[in-house]
Amino acid sequence: MGPRFKLFLPLFLFALLAIVLFRGLFLDPSEMPSALIDRPLPSFSLPALGGDRQLSREDVTGEVALLNVWATWCVSCRVEHPYLKQLADKGIPIYGLNYKDSDSAAQRWLDELGDPYRLNIADREGTLGVDLGVYGAPETYLLDANGVVRYRHVGVVDAQVWETVLEPLYRELKTGQVAP
Amino acid sequence: MRLLCSLVAICLVLLSGRALALIETYEFSSPALEARYQQLSEELRCPKCQNQNIADSNAPIAQDLRKLLHQQLEAGASDEEILDYMVARYGEFVRYRPRFGGTTVLLWLAPVLLLLAAIGVLLATLRSRAKVADNPDASLTAAEQARLQTMLDKSERDS
Repeated sequence: MGPRFKLFLPLFLFALLAIVLFRGLFLDPSEMPSALIDRPLPSFSLPALGGDRQLSREDVTGEVALLNVWATWCVSCRVEHPYLKQLADKGIPIYGLNYKDSDSAAQRWLDELGDPYRLNIADREGTLGVDLGVYGAPETYLLDANGVVRYRHVGVVDAQVWETVLEPLYRELKTGQVAP
Repeated sequence: MRLLCSLVAICLVLLSGRALALIETYEFSSPALEARYQQLSEELRCPKCQNQNIADSNAPIAQDLRKLLHQQLEAGASDEEILDYMVARYGEFVRYRPRFGGTTVLLWLAPVLLLLAAIGVLLATLRSRAKVADNPDASLTAAEQARLQTMLDKSERDS
């Protein structure tokens, strides 16, 4: 190591550290990959919201779909609700997981704001939530046709998230489903 | 009267602290289970409020995980089984002491590697210093020594 190089060593170290820290500015530490990616949706037996039917894994799997975790106590869920309705109008299958909520409040919410969901699982105790690794609402899971979790989005699904992240994956899974 | 008032005030403050600390209490069938509950709830990280363990956090998810932990301990699960259960759902992230391997290798080895690097730099510095100390003239060649001497002579003449 020449003396000249040694002279510049602190500068190099500084530059390296600056790059690492600069990158750190744009990382979101609350964004964790789900432990469930590429693993099947856990099986469950929970009541349907607004009915006395018992739902299981088979009721929400079979085609590429979104599973949206929501609750009436969750403020961001109210923000994303209109966009979910738009997606449902476009024909995207969305299943709801009503997470740690009261059935009557949830039903009122759907009556007032509209219902984008094909079905709603009433997870009053949050047991399926724990099996899914949910740590707060809203969360949205992308399921493939075999009921395998392919992606999880934590936070509000809006036009930007759908168009840049979820829709490409959704389309990919859809075409993959047709091919074989 | 004044003393009484301040005593009452102090008691109230102490009591309110106690009320806050008691989020929920669990009954354990044995003290050993309770000790393991304490230990595990301090080792498990709250997924929502990431810089707290589930013992400290009051987030709904931390409450749920404490409840689960209690249930599983009472059901006779081993520490390993409980940690596996949590990691399967929330990822390695949920442990404050993650398993060694895969993506956590760097995390575990970084302190050792940094220590070794520091020792290396220290040894190199000490050795080069020792070399200079052993032989002070060795740092200058004969020509350099001569040039230095002329410079010194010149500055002496100038002053």
